[in-house]
Amino acid sequence: MEIKWYLFLSIALFCIGMIGALTRRNSIIVFMCIELMLNSVNLLLIAFSKMHMATVNAFGTSMATSAQIFVFFIMIVAAAEVTVGLAIIVMMYRNTHSIDINFLNRLKN
Amino acid sequence: MDAIQFIYLVPLLPLVGFLINGLGRKTLSKSLIGLIGSGVIFLSFCISVLIFIAVSKEGFTTQDIQYFDFINVGKLNIPFEFQVDQLTSLFLLIITGVGFLIHVYSTSYMKEETQSGYGRYFSYLNLFVFSMLLLVLGGNYLIMFMGWEGVGLCSYLLIGFWFKEQENNNAAKKAFVMNRIGDVGFLLGIFWLISSFGTISYHDLYNSSNGIITSISAINSPAIVAITLLLFVGACGKSAQIPLYTWLPDAMAGPTPVSALIHAATMVTAGIYMIARSNILYSLAPTTLDVIAVIGTLTAIVAATIAIKQNDIKKVLAYSTVSQLGYMFLGLGVGAYSAAVFHVMTHAFFKALLFLGAGSVIHAMGGEQDITKMGGLGKKMRVTYITFFIACIAISGIPPFSGFFSKDEILSAAYASNPLLYYIGLGGALLTAFYMFRLLALTFAGKFRGTEDQLHHVHESNATITIPLVILAVLAAVGGLVGIPEVFVKNGNKLNDFLSPVFAHSAQIIASQEVPHQTEIILMIVSVILIITTSVWAWKKYKEYQPGTGEESVFGKAIKNKFYVDEVYDRIIVKPLNALSRLLDNVIDKKGIDGIVNGVGRGVNYGSRQLRLLQSGQVGSYILLMVIGMLLLFIIQLFTK
Amino acid sequence: MGITQILFWFLTILALVAAIGVISSKNPIYSVLWLIVVFFAISGHYILMNAQFLAIVNIIVYAGAIMVLFLFVIMLMNLNAEAEPVKNVYMKMAGIISGLTLMIVLVAALSHSDVQNTIIRPGTSIGLIKNLGKALFNQYVVPFEISSVLFLSAMIGAIMLGKKDPVKKISL
Repeated sequence: MEIKWYLFLSIALFCIGMIGALTRRNSIIVFMCIELMLNSVNLLLIAFSKMHMATVNAFGTSMATSAQIFVFFIMIVAAAEVTVGLAIIVMMYRNTHSIDINFLNRLKN
Repeated sequence: MDAIQFIYLVPLLPLVGFLINGLGRKTLSKSLIGLIGSGVIFLSFCISVLIFIAVSKEGFTTQDIQYFDFINVGKLNIPFEFQVDQLTSLFLLIITGVGFLIHVYSTSYMKEETQSGYGRYFSYLNLFVFSMLLLVLGGNYLIMFMGWEGVGLCSYLLIGFWFKEQENNNAAKKAFVMNRIGDVGFLLGIFWLISSFGTISYHDLYNSSNGIITSISAINSPAIVAITLLLFVGACGKSAQIPLYTWLPDAMAGPTPVSALIHAATMVTAGIYMIARSNILYSLAPTTLDVIAVIGTLTAIVAATIAIKQNDIKKVLAYSTVSQLGYMFLGLGVGAYSAAVFHVMTHAFFKALLFLGAGSVIHAMGGEQDITKMGGLGKKMRVTYITFFIACIAISGIPPFSGFFSKDEILSAAYASNPLLYYIGLGGALLTAFYMFRLLALTFAGKFRGTEDQLHHVHESNATITIPLVILAVLAAVGGLVGIPEVFVKNGNKLNDFLSPVFAHSAQIIASQEVPHQTEIILMIVSVILIITTSVWAWKKYKEYQPGTGEESVFGKAIKNKFYVDEVYDRIIVKPLNALSRLLDNVIDKKGIDGIVNGVGRGVNYGSRQLRLLQSGQVGSYILLMVIGMLLLFIIQLFTK
Repeated sequence: MGITQILFWFLTILALVAAIGVISSKNPIYSVLWLIVVFFAISGHYILMNAQFLAIVNIIVYAGAIMVLFLFVIMLMNLNAEAEPVKNVYMKMAGIISGLTLMIVLVAALSHSDVQNTIIRPGTSIGLIKNLGKALFNQYVVPFEISSVLFLSAMIGAIMLGKKDPVKKISL
């Protein structure tokens, strides 16, 4: 497989996620779209790791290993982010009884 | 050489005094303020004496002391530097010495000021001395200009010291504006120097072995004439020459010791110093020298004529200063630089003495300055009377008092250059003798013409006032002995020898015309006889003066009104300028510039009100805008290569 | 067309369709289910590229833990299709247009580059848990430990946010 197909797939997923984030007002769906975008980037990172498999880094291991561990850490961070994010959404729902992100316009004042 | 290492202390000490007195004017006691104010000047004076001793040693060469880079742009490098040579050290002595006496005098004279006013006064006075020291110590024209501006500022502050009266403010403003006109000339001169020679450091310009100016041999080249004329405009402003002299008589609005400081030790001598400092440049431009000589002579005679009819004791002295400065410029103009500097020195002594004496009189009279209302004070104020008398003799030029030697040196140089200048100068000297003895007679002789209250109030001033008077009287009496003409004593002109290294190169350029000794002696005798006759006549005429109702002649009236110079200036310069500025104010400023400024304000206001709609606070629209921005960045980055 | 390519295209189409499903379904529950499908498809891609460990982690963490969390929250709030607020049509159009433009721009930019034709071949054992484990506990042990601190702080943060307002309690 040429790498370009993976690139295009990632871009497509990313843009779909972005369109979702822009068009939906349900904050949970917006949040899910962000997860989708995050995953598309992960996919791209794995594809690139495959491309640079032959390159060896300073520790004597393959670059691919580093890239995959990088993805692993991204997942860790994403998991932590989701925890806090969902807690915020729950909090917001409890205060406003809505999950419309347009209620989050306190910044205006 | 040791003393010269500490030269930075000379200006630094007055600056420190200024800071202490300025900041602590509300907390320090009056006596402490006076002590600090005078003490720092005294210390400066001591260092100046040490420097003078070091400079007058055999084999001294001009020292250039660089402290740090001040302006360093491209090829132009102007360091903060001091230069010490004979001229500098002499001026240091005059400034700090006379300055110190004036400070001591002020501690008593200003006693009645409020506490903070007292501190303010002394801090200004210290700043004044600091600026003047900076001016004479500076090793290039920029440092000189800084001092020059500082002196202008301080004169403004001190002339307007009693700022509650609008008249004083006007006088201060007038002095400032007149000085500013001169400063523009000076500044342009400096710029021109930079553009033609690339440096304004005295060391680079006037160095005796390889200075840029020193190695020029062409005389009267246009650039140099222009530069010297511009610098002379600056000197005119500061040293009150025609046409910029009108500020000096008005500067009397300030406290009397300030007048003494301005007229004797600082400020007005700055112009003389500057030209003496640039003597090599001026010697290369004989045209400018002619202009200076003519203006100096004119100023001397015009101011002396005006002084005859003035009735304000300080105004008389002010016009006399203008007139004496005219003599100094005459001396510079005919190439007798050291004679001019000599006259600066003697003038500093007797003019400081005259002003301080006048201050003592005014103090005794409870603020009265009109001499027609005085008279007979000689019996009540012996010390003031005698010292004032000595000063009168000195300024009139009666031997062997100091004024005679310096004035004679200038006049004989003028005779060598052009006898016409001599005759006018002599006429001015006669007028000087006349108005001085008129002043003396009206003030101290005859009967008292004031009110009864004033008569009881009249008393001799206390020691802090009289001691400076006595010291200055001694200096005014014997100060001239450092420059005895060659015709009397061989090598008698010590001052001339002392200053000769500074003016050596100029002496080479200007072939000095020697007056035959016989002629010189004849001139001297004639002038002395004339002066004494005039003095005695004036004394006789005004000794028994009673305020009469005699009709003034047209000419007398003109003189009394100072030849209407102020009025003429007012008509041809101030009024049209006012009209123009009113026009500019009403039409261009209010309508045009204010319109633009307010329009900008209104435009921004409107724009921001519209832009505020963008800040909806809704996350969705923010993200959308972010995406659009990102998109634009991508497009710019990827497709514009 | 080998088996790899067939699998690739199948997974790609699955992922895209499921992604569109995520953003277009009215009911958030369906969105979550579609998202799980996307994650499975992406995991399939990982396996195709010999990242077996990450594929498993992806399924466990994302499809398993995170999505369950989402479902849990949605059900807790009792959301359904009618709860979805109506969005401004112009904003919707603007969002779609700008998203598509971004895609076109990126694709156009990349379609001229040289790297795009590099071929990725299956094989090698880099993605196996053994290799990654060695690297993770040797070179990357410090970041690994720090990530545990991150989790701890995230947990504390979530609890703090989820708690009832203590000030209110006191005032009541």
